[in-house]
Amino acid sequence: MEPFAVLEGIAAPLDLSNVDTDQILPARYLRRPRKEGYQTFLFRDRRFREDGAEIPEFVLNQAPFRKARILVADRNFGGGSSREQAPWGLTDYGIRCVIAADFGDIFYFNSLKSGLLPVQLDIAACVALRSQLHTEPGATLRVDLPNQAVTGPDGATYPFKIDAFRKRCLLEGLDDIGLTLRHDSAITAFEQAYRRRFEWLFDYRR
Amino acid sequence: MSKTLYEKIWEAHAILEGDDGQTLLHVARHVAHDGSSHAFGFLQDRGLPVRRPDQVFATPDHGVSTMSHDVTAISDPEQRRVVELLTQNTKKFGIVHFALNDARQGIVHVVGPEQGITQPGMVLVCGDSHTSTHGALGALAFGLGASDILHVLATQATWQRRAKTMRITVEGKLAFGVTAKDVILAIIAKIGANGAAGHVIEYAGSTLRAMSIEQRLTVCNMSIEAGARAGMVAPDETTYAYLKGRPFAPKAAQWDKALAYWRTLPSDPGAVFDREVSLDASQLAPMVTWGNSPEDARPVTGNVPDPQAEQDPERRAYLLRTLDYMGLTPGMALTDIRVDQVFIGSCTNARLEDLRAASEIAKRGRAVIPALVVPGSTQVKLAAEAEGLDRIFRDAGFEWRESGCSMCVGMNGDLVGRGKRCASTSNRNFIGRQGKESRTHLLSPAMAAAAALTGRITDVRELGV
Repeated sequence: MEPFAVLEGIAAPLDLSNVDTDQILPARYLRRPRKEGYQTFLFRDRRFREDGAEIPEFVLNQAPFRKARILVADRNFGGGSSREQAPWGLTDYGIRCVIAADFGDIFYFNSLKSGLLPVQLDIAACVALRSQLHTEPGATLRVDLPNQAVTGPDGATYPFKIDAFRKRCLLEGLDDIGLTLRHDSAITAFEQAYRRRFEWLFDYRR
Repeated sequence: MSKTLYEKIWEAHAILEGDDGQTLLHVARHVAHDGSSHAFGFLQDRGLPVRRPDQVFATPDHGVSTMSHDVTAISDPEQRRVVELLTQNTKKFGIVHFALNDARQGIVHVVGPEQGITQPGMVLVCGDSHTSTHGALGALAFGLGASDILHVLATQATWQRRAKTMRITVEGKLAFGVTAKDVILAIIAKIGANGAAGHVIEYAGSTLRAMSIEQRLTVCNMSIEAGARAGMVAPDETTYAYLKGRPFAPKAAQWDKALAYWRTLPSDPGAVFDREVSLDASQLAPMVTWGNSPEDARPVTGNVPDPQAEQDPERRAYLLRTLDYMGLTPGMALTDIRVDQVFIGSCTNARLEDLRAASEIAKRGRAVIPALVVPGSTQVKLAAEAEGLDRIFRDAGFEWRESGCSMCVGMNGDLVGRGKRCASTSNRNFIGRQGKESRTHLLSPAMAAAAALTGRITDVRELGV
């Protein structure tokens, strides 16, 4: 995972609520090999017509926003399925941060695992930021993970929360398997006790 | 100290607590499907083994053909590849696999309970959001993405922060024609599509107690559509009777030990929940969704909302956009909505009781539009055929298929056409979910069958069943 510290970049306003994971990454692309990248499938049916032509109204098809590194959305972003391909599509495209009023729970944790920072701000902040981005297309936001703050084009600063453990993984680009396996002896001891207590789970015929 | 069902399961699976309050939670069982290919790929890229292959159970469902369970019937090479990869990976790691040609194959969330793999008091995970289904048996079950599934494969554990608890108490006897699907749609309409964010729901009350396990599975299945991390129902005599004798359920002396544990699980009388919600189920009517979020559910006797009557500009914009996508007229009666096709299937509503309910309607007429019936598992299919349900459906002009996820997620080629409207027993009415520009109305199996007979959204109670 690519480490995340301070991100200053163009932010695109996405004025839609309930942007579910099916819209972020349609199901028909989920079996594509990870290594080939998911950027072209991101928002596929909002970005492109059937013949592959761009839909000019979609925000990421408009000049300054093509280079967006940050997305400012609305309520309930990323609800729905557990497909991690949704954050993969965003990061492969170059978006490293999504700001929304609330997130689908599984999407939120998948994002942190994929090097995408989900920032929860209240709805008024999301609306205010989007309004500035519309007025001044191509304006940048500054997302400071160490200090847990977003700074808008007008200089207003919005603090946000994140779990310390997830923050550390993101800052250092760590994935948690290595960290977890440091606890191997505790896991093994737990498993042995668990097996004694719940022995029926281990006593079955295939 | 009084504890909730959730807290009891949590504590029985907590290995250790990190310094920032995250808990490393042991995973009792992991159920896998053809979509697990990315996680297995990552595992092999790192050269890691599966830590507890004896506690992983797999079956292909998302991409399988419903025309035939021969793997060569999967026409999309990517879908066929991941179904074949599941066979290879399960063989390589020694994982129990109900392959396409196995009579135990099916949608993973139907198969787990049906085989007795899912049991009360366990932590169960799967790389699929509808893992919440398994909570109907009193398990703590939740969906994870590929990286977290990789972590589970490698460590049989997952880092989680303790969720808040929400008790939804549903009281009253369901009226004629009203089902578990209508209960959960009414709950989502009440609390919102992300109304349970950060919470684990425990469903309680006389309505839930009176429900069969299959009905509870339908309710818990759509917990994710309310944004919950998981949904669960405390185990009771209904649960134990359901599990007894299932292939992977404990036997003989082990059964007694398991039962003694299960009986300790229900939330203690004084247990405190972070949030309490209640619903009077006796007042419910059959529900149907009109929009692109599961919260857009209304009684079938109601109307499509009118954006002009909406004061909040943001909400008005949502209504306008959604009615445009759905091709609906503001304020029209829901029963005036004409439907192009019907789907009866999915992990929400494709168990035997669902198919029985739909067949009771189907036998009263003939489908006037294409109607697809896809059993949730091969076991469900065989049981339905033994009762002659397949014959009822076929005689009424419905198509009878092999089990799989099918048109709920549209990955296997079973799709709703462009701009076409589907009355569907599945769980998501999202934009493009059932196919590009598809329009989905969620409802119960009986309501779906009724729509097939009339070609429009129909109040099943009018058919007098």
